[in-house]
Amino acid sequence: MLAFLIKRIGSAILVMLAVAFLAFLIFAVAGDPVEMMVNEQATQADRDALRERLGLDQPFLVQYFTFVINAAQGEFGISYQTQRDVMSLIASRLPATLELVFIASMLSLIVGIPLGVITAIHRGKWFSEGLQFLSIFGVSLPSFVIAILLILVFSVWLGWAPGFGRGETVALGWWTTGLLTPSGRNAIILPAIALALYEITLVMRIVRAEMLEVLRSDFVKFARARGVPRRIIHYRHALRNCLMPVATLTAMNFGTLIAFALVTETVFQWPGMGLLFIQAVLNLDFPIMAAYLVIISAIFVTLNTLVDIIYAVIDPRLRQEKV
Amino acid sequence: MTLQADQQTPVAKPSQLARMRDSDLWHSFVTHRGAVVGACLLVFLIVTAFAAPLIAPQNVYDSAELQLMNARIPPIWQEGGRWPFVLGTDIQGRDVLSGILYGSRTSILIAVFAVVFSLAIGVIVGLAAGFFGGIIDNVLMRFADVLLSIPTILLAILASAVAMGMLPPEWRALGAAGVIVFAITLSNWVQYARIVRAQTSVERRKEYVEAARLLRVSPRRIMLRHILPNTMTPVLVAATLSFGMAILAEATLSFLGVGMPASLPSLGTLIRIGNNYLFSGQWWIVLFPVLQLSLLVVSINLVGDWLRDALNPKLR
Repeated sequence: MLAFLIKRIGSAILVMLAVAFLAFLIFAVAGDPVEMMVNEQATQADRDALRERLGLDQPFLVQYFTFVINAAQGEFGISYQTQRDVMSLIASRLPATLELVFIASMLSLIVGIPLGVITAIHRGKWFSEGLQFLSIFGVSLPSFVIAILLILVFSVWLGWAPGFGRGETVALGWWTTGLLTPSGRNAIILPAIALALYEITLVMRIVRAEMLEVLRSDFVKFARARGVPRRIIHYRHALRNCLMPVATLTAMNFGTLIAFALVTETVFQWPGMGLLFIQAVLNLDFPIMAAYLVIISAIFVTLNTLVDIIYAVIDPRLRQEKV
Repeated sequence: MTLQADQQTPVAKPSQLARMRDSDLWHSFVTHRGAVVGACLLVFLIVTAFAAPLIAPQNVYDSAELQLMNARIPPIWQEGGRWPFVLGTDIQGRDVLSGILYGSRTSILIAVFAVVFSLAIGVIVGLAAGFFGGIIDNVLMRFADVLLSIPTILLAILASAVAMGMLPPEWRALGAAGVIVFAITLSNWVQYARIVRAQTSVERRKEYVEAARLLRVSPRRIMLRHILPNTMTPVLVAATLSFGMAILAEATLSFLGVGMPASLPSLGTLIRIGNNYLFSGQWWIVLFPVLQLSLLVVSINLVGDWLRDALNPKLR
């Protein structure tokens, strides 16, 4: 087990080093940062001084090494655009994104699991076939299309919920939350639905497929023969056997959702990390781009590694096969 | 000596068309309602997109045809709507219907190129990794792991933004299409490589490959003529589904502003432009491109869903 742990964590670290290299490459191909930071009147001596201060006179590998060391300490330099510390900029935007992704994840479970169970139990009936057909739209439509349609219908035409911004927020230490104010709760409804819809259909399809399999198994037949009420068979016995893949999916997709939130955040002008990133991309603010890439991949890789390790703990056979 | 099998022509070969008509695949297609509807819709959308210069009321690339006096005209069934602007016009007097037709053509072309390139790279890498194994396999697949540890959307945005930044400004409008194809290819080829590699490493241990080796068939020929055809089924399914994904990826990039410019609009660009008028009452500028994009992707996925089930031997 220890050998497996070391191997798995080691390979995660290698992957992160490679991602950091890619992030570092963004600077290398993007042009000379000194030219972007100095003003027109700067003399050659000023430029050289800045170059030395930024460490750009060092050899390539030394620069990469410095970048990795700094990144590991959460030090990503200063934004070209706002001249503020990149890490504190991202930290100030982190709560908005995490709240949105968390609510969307919850929503996908609360809605997706019952839909999956219902379409599996009532297989072949019109409403379950209809739901199955609708789920094709769920996986087909990009989140920004859903977001625009939601805004158009519920915000512009019906006026039920706001279509942009985060509403009022309350500060709890360094964390700002919108969930404690009525306007904040209203504002999160539409973006959370837009972000969750894809995940809802995924959860629904997985639960449906798993349920169909479990319902054919012997222990369900036996429970039926014993006269256990159908509701208990379906929701207590069968559903429990379907939840493992759903849990894996939710954990693995949390990182994807954070990345995809950048699209939702752009449509709704939601002040999260993703909006910060997109604005950085459009303004060629490379330190923010690099930091965002490293942070998102770190979340992604950490979650995948954790899921692998948890699986190995549960199922010893995987300790040999994987890696 | 090795080529004899290939050169023999079987006697009384039925015509290609008849063989297709009698195949299981064709039968499962015509009896699958979703697939038929999806395929018809898809053909209609592709034909109208490529016929855009012939049927569109306006040439959207010709700025002389855009007139401000025609700006903000609502769709024809609304008050103030007028011929020939069936779906209305946008803020610069661009006909929405024409924009959609030309935009679909751009979106479809970019997606086709992106899928073809990622397919080519993925198949070559996957075949090489699966067939040779060992260090080649290790290096290629570690590289794939790194790309997979970055969410595809993020990879595509970064690739597109960085490549766009490297282009000289006067090339940006025209080069944008190439940049998007590059960005989508970069984030897409890994999945094909993995599928082909997995399949190849199973196939290469089979007896027919050993037989071919004993006959001294060259490794290249074994790979391309013997193993490759046997890996194509899952690749075909993935390619259909990822054609839809590529259209979405292009639309997302353009929507976010790192894709096609307003002078050469794709569907995503049109949606980005229209999105600015969402709250000011001109809903048609954004709604119709959104509907077109949705129809396009849904029709592709309907066909892809059917193909996945039809080619899955477990479901037969």
